[in-house]
Amino acid sequence: MSGRVGGLGPRARLTALAVVLLVAFLSAGGYVWRARQDLTAVQATATGAPTRDDLAVVRDVPHLVFRNTALGADYGRVAMVPLSAPAGPRAVTDASCERVYATRDEAICLSADRGLLTTYRARLLGADWSVRRDLPLVGTPSRARLSPDGSLVATTTFVFGDSYANPGQFSTRTVISRTAGEVIGDVERFPLVVDGAVVTAVDKNLWGVTFADDDRFYATAASGGKTWLVEGSLAARRVTALREDAECPSLSPDRTRIAFKKHGDLPPGRWRLAVYDLATGTETLLAETRSVDDQVEWLDDTRIIYALPRSGAGTATSDIWSTPADGRGAPELLVSDAWSPAVVR
Amino acid sequence: MYVTLRDRPDDAGTSRTRIAVRRVSGTVVLLGTVSLLTDVSSEMVASILPLYLTAVVGLSPIAYGFLDGMYQGVSALVRIAGGYVGDRGQRPKWVAVTGYGASALSRLAMLPAAGFAAITAVVTVDRLGKGLRTAPRDSLIAAASQPDVLGRAFGVHRALDTLGAAIGPLVAFALFAAVPGSYDSIFVVSFAFAIAGVAVLVLLVPDLPTAAGAARATLREVFSEIGGRGRRRPLLAAALLGLLTIGDGFLYLLLQERDDFTARYFPLLYVGTNVAYLALAVPLGLLADRVGRGRVLVAGHLALLGGYLLAALPSSGVGGTLAVLLLLGTFYAATDGVLAALVSRLVAARARGSGIAAAQTTVALARFAASVLFGLLWTVQGPRPALLLFAALLAVAVPVAAWLLRGIDRPTSATRPDARPGEVPA
Repeated sequence: MSGRVGGLGPRARLTALAVVLLVAFLSAGGYVWRARQDLTAVQATATGAPTRDDLAVVRDVPHLVFRNTALGADYGRVAMVPLSAPAGPRAVTDASCERVYATRDEAICLSADRGLLTTYRARLLGADWSVRRDLPLVGTPSRARLSPDGSLVATTTFVFGDSYANPGQFSTRTVISRTAGEVIGDVERFPLVVDGAVVTAVDKNLWGVTFADDDRFYATAASGGKTWLVEGSLAARRVTALREDAECPSLSPDRTRIAFKKHGDLPPGRWRLAVYDLATGTETLLAETRSVDDQVEWLDDTRIIYALPRSGAGTATSDIWSTPADGRGAPELLVSDAWSPAVVR
Repeated sequence: MYVTLRDRPDDAGTSRTRIAVRRVSGTVVLLGTVSLLTDVSSEMVASILPLYLTAVVGLSPIAYGFLDGMYQGVSALVRIAGGYVGDRGQRPKWVAVTGYGASALSRLAMLPAAGFAAITAVVTVDRLGKGLRTAPRDSLIAAASQPDVLGRAFGVHRALDTLGAAIGPLVAFALFAAVPGSYDSIFVVSFAFAIAGVAVLVLLVPDLPTAAGAARATLREVFSEIGGRGRRRPLLAAALLGLLTIGDGFLYLLLQERDDFTARYFPLLYVGTNVAYLALAVPLGLLADRVGRGRVLVAGHLALLGGYLLAALPSSGVGGTLAVLLLLGTFYAATDGVLAALVSRLVAARARGSGIAAAQTTVALARFAASVLFGLLWTVQGPRPALLLFAALLAVAVPVAAWLLRGIDRPTSATRPDARPGEVPA
């Protein structure tokens, strides 16, 4: 280590280095310490959203189940509000989920065990929010759905995957199981039929299942940069493309329409919500112009609901919005500080 | 300029490393420290980035994949520019400082950057910085080292670099344990590590002129240095081998399809490869100095071939998975630093940065092409046949590369510095 750097002698250089290191790490340490103080302060003072204790009462009326993202002790827990008063106080359960979906009798909960290596679990919860059983799950939780009669459950996770342009790209794994126990398996292995021909590409992905009954489902299939809305049957073990450019479908309660997000010619990573009429094949763009990356849920046959992240102060907050399914009107805030909505009628 | 650093970082590892460090110039250890700090910084962000982008920013993982794809191309193209500018100004240190500085600033820019476009820009700046600094840094390592310990010098540097990559996620994890969900804390601490790295570089690393007293290399001279007689064959060999080197992501994919255990601990596969790389970088650098860099480079691809074959097996349990990771780590340890050491000897000092950059970019582009090709094959034929085909081609390419590299390095024995240079029969 000879030579003078920038006209400074060795001692001056070491002193300067010590000063830089001290300033850098003390400042960073101070920042982290303050963040920790703020967090404990927030947790101590943040009452989160107003809550109510009568969980059983809420569960007996039509209600909305969601992941509570109000800062505070209940952050990340599953909560519910009556559909009659969605903006009112929420009843909070003990279950913590990253993604949740519920029917009257059960719920599917994708949760994270954060650690040196974050692993994720999929659990089926009973009506009392106790764990009924663990389902196989590999990868980062993305979507979860139950069939209307509660006999089938579908989970989509992202595992690293099949794109050959960059080996680091994620791919999806979508597993359908019977809630009674049988694992039907990764539906990505089902043959995908597009325009009468079977797509054999291995970069095929399938995600975002929505169930029509205890056999038929709709989902997104993707291959070679294209996406399709597909209809599948567990009995026939195949999926067939209905139309191009549709992701994360959601079937309306009357089973006549499918709401989905379409990419169109938007920049990468942005989508626009649309509704597709299964009988007529017409597509209606919805009034929501912000980019939605969620599998929407139907509030009833006329409105859909979805979650949007809120760019807050570095915290993962989000709100649930609703917009008319006929493309008219304007989006309205339904529940603040909430994510992953499921309507239980 | 042989300096034994008294205040060596304690985590320099095994006694073998310590002996190696003693023979390696202080500048190399300092540059390794710079890389270590920078890698702690970049890997702590990298380990939480997918989660951050999907959970906080609200991108879909597919969009994240697109972002990830930009990493590779950007870095490879800037590399040559960095090498050339470093040679041209004969002050590679300051080109490296610019690169490290850009990456450091990009960490801080993560704080307000929310949204796809902003984050893409930030990631691009980070990668530009990485591309810019690699070649000037490697030419500094070469300038600071005696020719007969080049392999060892690069081995020490890469080991420190990889150690940083292993520490980064641990720091991120510790921060998340202390302040759950505070991504900003991660970015700020990451910035502190990056600044520390830049400070060590600016204040302690001597501004070595890479070509003492020589005239500045013109672009034409640089080209003739890189593509001149005696340099073409190693570049050709590197390109040939690179064309059959698929991204380890593919191998991991195959491994994780075999059993759910591997799939569940998928992120650990990268760690396993890094640990093997870390442990083997110095020993293989020493070996390269002793038996010839070309030989070790070629032999490293035999380890890769073994990895291909093992990964193509239907299932071999956890043991088989670990063996693949060990072989991959061996491959990286036998090729990454060794290639830089090999090229450093072939190119005149004034064009050394450009030469190293040319070799590294050749390899990077060839490997990118390999990944695209392999992906296509994977799509058409399925993963196993594609992998077996690549393995067969690699088995043919290794002897060809060995023939191309014959006599490329004179064996320099560390124990007998006065050894007579002789031809290495390939």
